[in-house]
Amino acid sequence: MVGVLILKEHGTNCEFESKYAFELAGARLGMVIATPDIDEDPKNILSVDIIHMNDLIKNPKKIFDYQIMMFPGGFSHGDDTGSGYAWANRIRNKMWDEMRKYVEGDHLTLGVCNGFQALVNLGLLPNLDGKYTRSAALLHNEFPRYLCRWVDLQFSGKSPWTEEIDKISLPIAHGEGKFYAAPETLAQIKERNLVAARYIHGEVCTSQNLPANPNGALDDIAGVTDPSGRILGMMPHPERAVDFTHRPDWTLLKELYKRTGKEMPSEGPGLQLFVNALRYFK
Amino acid sequence: MSRIEVVSKVEDSRAEVRAKSLREAGFDVKDVVLVDAYTLYAELPSEQLGSVAEGLRNPVVQDALVNRPHIPEKKGEIIVPTDFSWVVEIGPQPGVTDNVGHTVSEGIEASLGQEIPASSSKVMFLSGNLSEEDVEKLAGGLYNPIIERVKIKSRDQYFKDKGMNTKYPSVDLHEPPTAGLVDLLNSEDKELETIGKKGIANASGSRNGPLSMSLASMKAVQVYFKEKGRNPTDVELESLAQTWSEHCKHTIFSNPITMTYGPGHVEKVTEGIFKRFIKGSTEEIRRRKGAKDFCVSLFSDNAGVIAFDEKHYISYKVETHNSPSALDPFGGAITGIVGVNRDPMGTRKGHKCVANVYGYCLGDPRDKSKLFKGPNFTQEMLSSKRIGLGVIDGVNVGSNCSGIPTELGFAVFDPRYRGKPLVYVGTVGLEEIVADEKEKAAQPGDYIVMVGGRIGLDGIHGATFSSEAMDAGSPATAVQIGDPITQKKMHDAIIFEAKPRNLYSSITDNGAGGLSCSVAEMAKECGGCHVDLDKAPIKYLGMSPWQIWISESQERMTLSVPKDKWKEFSALMKSRDVEATIIGEFTDSKKCVVDYNGKNVMDVDLDFLHDGVPERELFGERKAVKHEEPEFSIDNLTDALHSLLGRLNICSKEFIAQQYDHEVQGGSALKPLQGRGRVYADASAFRPVLSSRKAVVLSQGICPSYSDINTYHMSACAVDTAVRRAVCLGANLDHLALLDNFCWPGDSEENLGDLFAASMSFSDNAIAHDAPAISGKDSMFNTFKGYDENGKPVTISVPPTLLVSTISVVDDVKNLVSLDAKVAGDLVYVLGDTHDELGGSEYFKMVGEQQRGKPFVGNHCPVSNPDRNPRLYRSLQNCIEQGLVASAKSVDFGGLGIALAKTAMGGMLGMDVSIDELPGKWSREDYGLFSESQGRCVVTVAPESRERFEELMNGRTFAQVGTVRDDNRFVVQHNGRTIVDADVGTLLESYKAPLRDF
Repeated sequence: MVGVLILKEHGTNCEFESKYAFELAGARLGMVIATPDIDEDPKNILSVDIIHMNDLIKNPKKIFDYQIMMFPGGFSHGDDTGSGYAWANRIRNKMWDEMRKYVEGDHLTLGVCNGFQALVNLGLLPNLDGKYTRSAALLHNEFPRYLCRWVDLQFSGKSPWTEEIDKISLPIAHGEGKFYAAPETLAQIKERNLVAARYIHGEVCTSQNLPANPNGALDDIAGVTDPSGRILGMMPHPERAVDFTHRPDWTLLKELYKRTGKEMPSEGPGLQLFVNALRYFK
Repeated sequence: MSRIEVVSKVEDSRAEVRAKSLREAGFDVKDVVLVDAYTLYAELPSEQLGSVAEGLRNPVVQDALVNRPHIPEKKGEIIVPTDFSWVVEIGPQPGVTDNVGHTVSEGIEASLGQEIPASSSKVMFLSGNLSEEDVEKLAGGLYNPIIERVKIKSRDQYFKDKGMNTKYPSVDLHEPPTAGLVDLLNSEDKELETIGKKGIANASGSRNGPLSMSLASMKAVQVYFKEKGRNPTDVELESLAQTWSEHCKHTIFSNPITMTYGPGHVEKVTEGIFKRFIKGSTEEIRRRKGAKDFCVSLFSDNAGVIAFDEKHYISYKVETHNSPSALDPFGGAITGIVGVNRDPMGTRKGHKCVANVYGYCLGDPRDKSKLFKGPNFTQEMLSSKRIGLGVIDGVNVGSNCSGIPTELGFAVFDPRYRGKPLVYVGTVGLEEIVADEKEKAAQPGDYIVMVGGRIGLDGIHGATFSSEAMDAGSPATAVQIGDPITQKKMHDAIIFEAKPRNLYSSITDNGAGGLSCSVAEMAKECGGCHVDLDKAPIKYLGMSPWQIWISESQERMTLSVPKDKWKEFSALMKSRDVEATIIGEFTDSKKCVVDYNGKNVMDVDLDFLHDGVPERELFGERKAVKHEEPEFSIDNLTDALHSLLGRLNICSKEFIAQQYDHEVQGGSALKPLQGRGRVYADASAFRPVLSSRKAVVLSQGICPSYSDINTYHMSACAVDTAVRRAVCLGANLDHLALLDNFCWPGDSEENLGDLFAASMSFSDNAIAHDAPAISGKDSMFNTFKGYDENGKPVTISVPPTLLVSTISVVDDVKNLVSLDAKVAGDLVYVLGDTHDELGGSEYFKMVGEQQRGKPFVGNHCPVSNPDRNPRLYRSLQNCIEQGLVASAKSVDFGGLGIALAKTAMGGMLGMDVSIDELPGKWSREDYGLFSESQGRCVVTVAPESRERFEELMNGRTFAQVGTVRDDNRFVVQHNGRTIVDADVGTLLESYKAPLRDF
């Protein structure tokens, strides 16, 4: 059975659509959702659970029941003292040993938006020294206001999460997404091929006349991995782009497909990420 | 006491933007450094303080200073004002919720296991050429004295004091926490009137704040207590004032009204406006729909409920939060949005919040004139721009932080919203139907449980305050600050966990009137309640019992929990860090009883509490108005089109739409910005159930400027516009419901005549469109009374304003269409008739402003055709469902010219249009282009679909007026002459420029 754990912290808000994205990906791989009396090849069974941090802190070993862990987006603790700070503090203070052991094992971890901010504040990303020293930050957007739009991304690096993904478009929604690291850290991130995704001027930006980099991120960085590639953090939301009708241009594409006698596709560009993660364990 | 200051080590975009905006405001500011300061109210060992500080910063980009003041200095590449001359610190006022401080306390408790109160503030270091007066003025623009305090120090003082040395903002309470008796039995009418208007006199010689009770109401209370042989306590009188307030009881909609239409033409409606028109039309529509009726629960619960599919219900509620938003725009708006979220949460056994909407009626942000609440230039009102930006920001924080997508909204502008803005906020809820679930009903013996935040002095008299016009006596404490995270915790714990486990029998939200209203309302379900106010969790000691009872502090729900479920419920809430407290028991005593400090402080019959408000006889009068009929000519319609696109009511509000998260929850289908040109849409759609292809379509209609001519037509146009916008997106007219929100200037006979006409029209048009009203709200006193910048008394009343919202369910999301033209060569059609209906139009307003410095109004506003328009919309729906329509745009503000331009800009494709065959009776080509006649849509159709489209539209009014070009040229011709020749990119610039940099 492939188990996916989606963390729920006070103020996170993307748990349900993330769960749905994993389940949709599972369905694409022919997997079935776990039920108590299921009769199926265990490799084909998928279980996606949302667990509250308060419950997890009482029983941190629970995380080892799952191969995949996701830190979803939202406003953990209101981001009142800094995005992802309070969430990271809770993990560092209450379950750091388990978390460390988890990410060092053969597991996949994903942080999206606020989840990415938490991973960076835990030092799990980019973790250049292997000692989980905090070495990057997500600062207020260059224009310091919350921004919700689609971006174009060029994926790179080596991670099970991003295999077969080259250029795709995904939505962002954040106020603090400007990736920052000191020049020497940034150089190492690039040298060690840890940039997972960069903002580029692609399909959406061209069509909607938008700047490529939405927040002033250094080197246009939208996401990074740790040196193992098993941990991925990114500002864009792949779970909000799993259906074709999530795209901002789907009504236009629908017309173009119709007039060339083609069926409109059903999937959105973000689904592949979840398919990749499940396939890694299937 | 300890203080931690966190300061950025790298470029801080917030500081740069702050410096830039201060410079733009005319201050000679060189640089700004922003510091986040946290004050902890405990002595901690330095090691522990250090670890707390580490948790408050990211060392890569921030320094944390513990108990030592920050001194800006040059660091690496970053230039900071080492030469700062002033320091300004802004923090919350005592008693006002400090969300950041609360988070810090929670974090400390998690890491150190100790509960330590904390407060937060922002410190700003300024360099540049600034006098003390400059800094005071500059600070005045950055904080709101009603909720925040400011401290300014010069450089010298800062060094001399070794920092800011800020004290803990504790609430200073003098009042003794006991219930007082109010001498009503011996009061003359004059004294009764004073108490009703200004409030109960207290020991300190002042009054507790407005009760907004009429003399008739006060006398009814007097009679009731005479029979009881005693005087009421302040708890009882305040409680009655809340329950009987216009805000809660809607007396104007429920009382008998006598209408005078003209000499000898008088009609009395004994059942009142609500029963006759709103409820009446809905009942008729439901009867007609029969088996196709999709309504589930209307008018009785916190939100209207309709069917979504076999497994789900959806609910919708739209509220206003006008008065608080005028005083504190940010606080008023955030409280508005998180407040309306609690309506679906408190509907039936609790709904999950799945979408938010907004709507702002604002003064012109460029208007620099000053207004004062008090005489002699006292109590200055915030500027239109600050109110607008504050309101927008409040919904930003409230909605984004709650993880609820903001799917749709609007902003309209009129100078008459300068005194009191209208702030509409709405929420859609979703319920998974549970088979055999009991309807909500508190049972005698159930515990009364308050869940969520604590009670403070914030939000006293909100209900009674909004029930009258705003003037110098409007209370500052009526403003509350929402904390979306506290509410999110509560929402998730109740809706996702307690509800499925069936742990409570009833639920409602604490909104206007606080506990006094929520508990008394639920007590109706079982027949009584007994409350022990000592148990109610409060933010600080010293509150009087009446304050605890009526406070509108945010993020609270009241639940009835059966005794045998309490243990499990309580453990669940505790495990989610949600405070839940038993504050009493529901009974069947037929009374509302409240104890405090061992004494009985309230003992009132439920019947009297709910139904004792004396009937008030209302009178309305219809007066015909006659405006000057504009006479003008215009040579250049291309210029006119550009100017119209740039008008505040037409131009893009992209900056609002893109700062609200409309993608969260993963159901976004048609977004608030549509097409390649990202045109601000007037309808949108989302899928609330991710595994289903069904979608919810939302739209809004609002036309306040037609009220200058006729409120009957204003209301008809609002309904027609809302329905038309929905159908253009692909809504299902068989499954479409309406919500009404009336915001009126007051209750004079003329106001009530206007209200009567608007309500009648709402009813007529709801029936015409076969669309039941499922929920509504009114706000009757939107008038500002104060002084202008010369100190002269001034009254500013909003125009009678009706917002109509629609909600519709469609079977398959993929049938929806967006507003943008899709493919070159597509045919451009106009559906519906165009007449000379420019009264109240944007075009008349614009030409009047251009040619004589003040808007033209005219006398012929658009008149909606309740017979033809619904049939046209049905045909359009059919064409959309058949996949024959590539784009559809409702024609509204700015008329056909604007609708065509928006279609073109959406697709970034030009058009060739001729208005020669444009259907309808229009006398001039500019009228043809810019009339706002109702019942019209612009649609584009692929050439291969032409035949079937025209076949299905047979019998309706329509004409092909042009084609979509493959370049950017936008051309309109009439009788062989080119009357508009523009570039789509340039049009887009005119459309986007006015509010781009907001």
